[in-house]
Amino acid sequence: MGSITLKNVRKAFGDVEVIPGVDLNINEGEFVVFVGPSGCGKSTLLRLIAGLEDVTSGTIEIDGSDVTDAGPAKRGLAMVFQSYALYPHMSVKKNIAFPLKMAKMPEAEQEKRVAHAAKILNLDSYLERKPGQLSGGQRQRVAIGRAIVREPAAFLFDEPLSNLDAALRVNMRVEISELHNNLKTTMIYVTHDQVEAMTMADKIVVLRAGHVEQVGSPMELYAKPANKFVAGFIGSPNMNFIEGEGAAKHGAHTIGVRPEHWSLSTSEGEFPGTVGVAEHLGSDTFLHIDLDNGTHVIARAEGEFAVHHGDRIFLTPQEGRIYKFGKDGLAA
Amino acid sequence: MARAVSRNTRIGWTIAAWFVALLIFFPILYAIITSFKTEQEAIAGFDLIPSFTLESYREVQSQFNYFRPFMNSVVIALGSTVLALIVAVPAAWAMAFSPTKRTKDILMWMLSTKMMPAVAVLVPIYLIFLKTGLMDTRIGLVLVLMLMNLPIVVWMLYTYFREIPGEILEAARMDGATLGQEIVHVLTPMAVPGIASTLLLNVILAWNESFWTIQLTTTNAAPLSAFIASFSSPQGLFWAKLSAASVMAIAPILIMGWFSQKQLVRGLTFGAVK
Repeated sequence: MGSITLKNVRKAFGDVEVIPGVDLNINEGEFVVFVGPSGCGKSTLLRLIAGLEDVTSGTIEIDGSDVTDAGPAKRGLAMVFQSYALYPHMSVKKNIAFPLKMAKMPEAEQEKRVAHAAKILNLDSYLERKPGQLSGGQRQRVAIGRAIVREPAAFLFDEPLSNLDAALRVNMRVEISELHNNLKTTMIYVTHDQVEAMTMADKIVVLRAGHVEQVGSPMELYAKPANKFVAGFIGSPNMNFIEGEGAAKHGAHTIGVRPEHWSLSTSEGEFPGTVGVAEHLGSDTFLHIDLDNGTHVIARAEGEFAVHHGDRIFLTPQEGRIYKFGKDGLAA
Repeated sequence: MARAVSRNTRIGWTIAAWFVALLIFFPILYAIITSFKTEQEAIAGFDLIPSFTLESYREVQSQFNYFRPFMNSVVIALGSTVLALIVAVPAAWAMAFSPTKRTKDILMWMLSTKMMPAVAVLVPIYLIFLKTGLMDTRIGLVLVLMLMNLPIVVWMLYTYFREIPGEILEAARMDGATLGQEIVHVLTPMAVPGIASTLLLNVILAWNESFWTIQLTTTNAAPLSAFIASFSSPQGLFWAKLSAASVMAIAPILIMGWFSQKQLVRGLTFGAVK
């Protein structure tokens, strides 16, 4: 249970076309992340799958049956919202049990499932509280609990961690990944954070302006980006792009070099430049460098690399680590 | 408090606030004081110490039956409010949760009807009341006051419903709730405070309304506002009795307002600060 297929799904709001046409296969049990800059249509795509928005044209299938015109309740999916969307007037227990109550499940079974979900999510001691009395992380758990109890065909997450602070976000990321490993249910996860995408996904769907730019595993996207956009979006800090003469030497319109793929030297190398800001983190050193050809690049050195503002530096791309792009931005 | 306020400034402001509050309340206070005076004391001039006689109250009650206008006020205020809510709740739901391009215009149009002086429609409504036999009936006043306050009720509910996040309703839909279940289990419980403060304010507005109640009633359906008015003219200037009647008319609503002030302030300032 839990395969989802989109066939030429289009969505327009009035005259504005948000999704010009998407084809996508999501296999049973996969953890799929929709990632892209804000306004790229990733949330809209999720809401189309959820049934909260109507498609303008195209079809959506869940487990082989066409659900394009089915309401959200009929699709057997559960959703976790960015704002958690808990019912503020109900206790945690009632929040989690709400979908079961709507499904007219016998009370005994409801109790059993709520207790089970509460145990998985460490919510046992908060069941009688109202959402207002919980912290952000606990609210997020309740929202997940409400999704789990239904045993849905797939979970939909709409930027679920963006309201949490950095430390909690890392914890919840791991928890959601563990949840996926335990439940083995299909999960679709929307985020603008490429780190979340890289660390959690089996499959990443990179979106830009409603178009699917590339679909693949995190390592595929990292190693073989289909175009400049994907290359620049995946990886942190972003890939450096060099055009003109420096690129022409490598037989490309543009070359891309990731910050971690430079060989750094203070005496000689292919691209000479001057160190601007040097960020010394201990484990890594990030150097912001102005190349003599006018390009600004970032280089990562492992451990401590003792250069300072104004020092001369020479960069050479590591062997076989150059990404080449044509004039159209596609990988060459 | 972030700003350092000196002790003297604070005392100064406190005194000023009390002064303004007393100034606003003074007419009501003086009416209460006067109601405990004899008629001779009442016309004698300004005096804050009454002789604490209940004579005026006894006379008002013996000459006029207080109970009838009181019951009329209760029926008219509650009736028009409940009726207004029945009409306004679905209207506000629709405008808050599935707005169209023209929702704002409709709201403005509704509000604009309140900008017109009531006297402008007095003649047509008077004639309609005469023809339909609604003159001096409770049902007629219930209808008129419901219509008069409807724009405010719709606006208040609309502002309140707008504060309910759409995602919560979507969550309910994802959780398998039908539209009916969504309204019963999620929307209404969340909107209860808003509906309550709208109800309270509207009861007060309807209770205090005096233009239509005086114009469209004589004796049968006359509520307390008309009851007070009847003391001013035919009897001449009997200040103590007039004050006693006024106190009796405003007491119920003052007591209700006092007990529900928290709810009212929330209703009136809702949306002002988020």
